[in-house]
Amino acid sequence: MAELDTSGGGKHKGGKVRSKKASTRVDLTAMVDLAFLLITFFILTTTLQKPKAMDLVMPDKDEVTKEQLPVPESRTMSVLLGTKNKVEWYIGLPSKPLTAPTVDGFGKNGIRKALLENAARIKQESGGKDMIVLIKPSDKSTYADMVSMMDELNITNNQQRAIVDISPVEIEVLKTAGLY
Amino acid sequence: MPRAKVKRKSTAIDMTAMCDVAFLLLTFFILSAKPKTQDPIRAEVPAATVETALPDQDFAAIIIGQGKAFYKIEGADLKIETLKLMAAKYQMTFTPEEIQAFASTESFGVPISQLKQLLAVPPANRAEVKQPGIPVDTNINNELYNWVHETRTADKGLRNVELRVAIKGDSKEEYPTIATVIKTLQKQKVNKFSLITTLKQK
Repeated sequence: MAELDTSGGGKHKGGKVRSKKASTRVDLTAMVDLAFLLITFFILTTTLQKPKAMDLVMPDKDEVTKEQLPVPESRTMSVLLGTKNKVEWYIGLPSKPLTAPTVDGFGKNGIRKALLENAARIKQESGGKDMIVLIKPSDKSTYADMVSMMDELNITNNQQRAIVDISPVEIEVLKTAGLY
Repeated sequence: MPRAKVKRKSTAIDMTAMCDVAFLLLTFFILSAKPKTQDPIRAEVPAATVETALPDQDFAAIIIGQGKAFYKIEGADLKIETLKLMAAKYQMTFTPEEIQAFASTESFGVPISQLKQLLAVPPANRAEVKQPGIPVDTNINNELYNWVHETRTADKGLRNVELRVAIKGDSKEEYPTIATVIKTLQKQKVNKFSLITTLKQK
């Protein structure tokens, strides 16, 4: 063609024209880049956290009442769940509580403190017997409150607990505290 | 004496091994990832400090949100068996296509009389269908009661294990709805069940 051969000539003089051997190595840098990009994407988007499950055991609701031990009111702590993520607790019966109903929140300085203090005091006064906690969710409380309350009992290692229906007297107690 | 020449090394590195590893990891992550299932209703799970993981099989979940109850059975064989028992109970017949569609359904919330219509909708469009929730009340023999009961029977028959029932409730859900579902479970002597939570720090 119309190209100038500037290569000085005489190189392939008489010799065979050798086809240039192409290297078989491929540059993989771009491919590796892409692969790591995808790995990063998958690691970041997958949630390794599996959902957890809290076991909840309800008392047997048999119509035939088995022999039941009378529960001393001095060992019973009632926790009423009200609105605004607040709870109200007292010890004893709702009509004549042994301690005045106290409004508390959740968390370390809220109901957990009360649970620990009362459990220790009741254990001492009753000679080693555990405190019984009754959770009474009102109609205005949310599911999250109930779960948080059960969780607080798990944290404070309370084994004697039950979720029971709230009575009208207790709703009145909640109303006076402005939680219903 | 000629100077000793420093041999110049090539800067190109062999990327083959690195590429292999990268793709191996990529394959692993893709295969181990479980697609996130979309619930028909948004249920924001409350947080708790429990660390027990949810079982992978032999469990059914009741999803509660906006005052409605949805039901979800884990495992295709259990779903098919449950549907057959439910069909027998309500004197309905499902075609093999409908049974297959049910086996690939994640969660549903329609009365059983509307189940055929829901299964006729292709899975891609199912999110747009307004599902009214499974009827549940305090009477015995409500539909949710029967669903749970038949799933338990099916699981007993298939694998001879006791079905675990989990409740996945929305945090903002008011307690009466939850109480109704719990009462339904207690009516069939399911006194132990799981509440699905997310992890939180103490």
